[in-house]
Amino acid sequence: MINKAVGSVEEAVSFITDGAVLMIGGFGEVGSPIELIHALIDQGTKNLTAINNNTGNGEVGLAALIGNGQVSKMICSYPRSSHSKVFPELYKAGEIELELVPQGTLAERIRAGGAGIPGFYTPSSVGTPLAEGKEVREFDGRQYVMERGLKADFALIKCEVADRMGNLTYNKTARNFSPLMCMAAETTIVQARYIVEPGEIDPEHVVTPGIFVDHIVQVAEPVIESQLIAAGRSYP
Amino acid sequence: MIADTTTAVGWSREEMAARAAQDIPDGSYVNLGIGIPELVAKLVPEGRIFIYHTENGLLGMGPPPAPGEEDPELINAGKRAVTTIPGASFFHHADSFAMIRGGHIDVCVLGAMQVAANGDLANWSTGEPKAIPAVGGAMDLVAGVETIFVITKHVTKSGEPKLVEECTYPLTGRGVVSRIYTDLAVIDVTAEGFKLLELAPGVTEEEVHQKTGAPLL
Repeated sequence: MINKAVGSVEEAVSFITDGAVLMIGGFGEVGSPIELIHALIDQGTKNLTAINNNTGNGEVGLAALIGNGQVSKMICSYPRSSHSKVFPELYKAGEIELELVPQGTLAERIRAGGAGIPGFYTPSSVGTPLAEGKEVREFDGRQYVMERGLKADFALIKCEVADRMGNLTYNKTARNFSPLMCMAAETTIVQARYIVEPGEIDPEHVVTPGIFVDHIVQVAEPVIESQLIAAGRSYP
Repeated sequence: MIADTTTAVGWSREEMAARAAQDIPDGSYVNLGIGIPELVAKLVPEGRIFIYHTENGLLGMGPPPAPGEEDPELINAGKRAVTTIPGASFFHHADSFAMIRGGHIDVCVLGAMQVAANGDLANWSTGEPKAIPAVGGAMDLVAGVETIFVITKHVTKSGEPKLVEECTYPLTGRGVVSRIYTDLAVIDVTAEGFKLLELAPGVTEEEVHQKTGAPLL
């Protein structure tokens, strides 16, 4: 029987090596696999390229990974927010690289990467600084910019329910980029609130089919990032 | 009209949003930007229903929850707690931006730093070297949604026109804005440039001309 469950978050992230390209699910804190990220901080893996919509908040989760000097490049759409200070400081000091991508283009680049499509044309960003240096082509009288599909070595994902075959469901707006990232990563590592037996998730309700998932670890009570920040916590 | 404490004449933030809401047809799928545009949802004209899309993956967004009722995994694009209406749906980002880019969202209401007479919009970056650029979904929204309404103060805090001949800030999109609702007036973007449609109470045409950085038809 296929069983993708592993015993601990430490084991789950042990596959990740220095220099890896890493997709991390989440829109802000919602859907962010914070326990997997903290395990990666403990592991000390370096020189990572991180792909996420944002750059983390406070000094926990993704912000802590960046603050710990483990990320050399961020690919994201919105690298600042009211609680984001770690990335802005490093960016202003020239210590981290940024590739800024419109949010919908980022999603589609990840989707394309996972779907075996190396590039595509989108109307988003035509005529703006984010289209500079990119091929622009006209279709039916309108201009489109070519964007490349995006793949990763690993994806770190948070879901609600996983079965042992890797089928996943999410919770509300915590789904965001995660189903796309599961498809685009060579190895997808998932933290699930619940792990159930195959058949317990109705096949009609599966959001991410198990073929896109490699390792699952149960985190039954994930911490809530904003609560840690409100309590003044930092990691490690 | 209800007097606003900050402006003696013209429209308040709520009045600008209410005026924009009047131009959104019943049953529209609507995406509201962060800030003043969000007020549109509180000021929907009697008898109309709008279905709200938030690009982080929810169609059928409801009002903010009562204090204490927040669900940490149910938020809008501004990362604030929201609710769902009966008939709502959740989806991933590629589907969400297919709704936007594929032309399925009817109206988007956004804020602006500058709007040019040809409909160019700048609302994501000042372009200053030390500023951290952050774009989010703005470029996808203006590229994909047919009707883009802008709500903005007519001039900046220092009194500079925000409606200009040509944007000096980095663009979000070219020729994308349909109509602008300011504290002073409603202005259409036409093939010939800005066209004054309506004046706010107590505002003169001369004042609008004076505070607009491009010719006004």
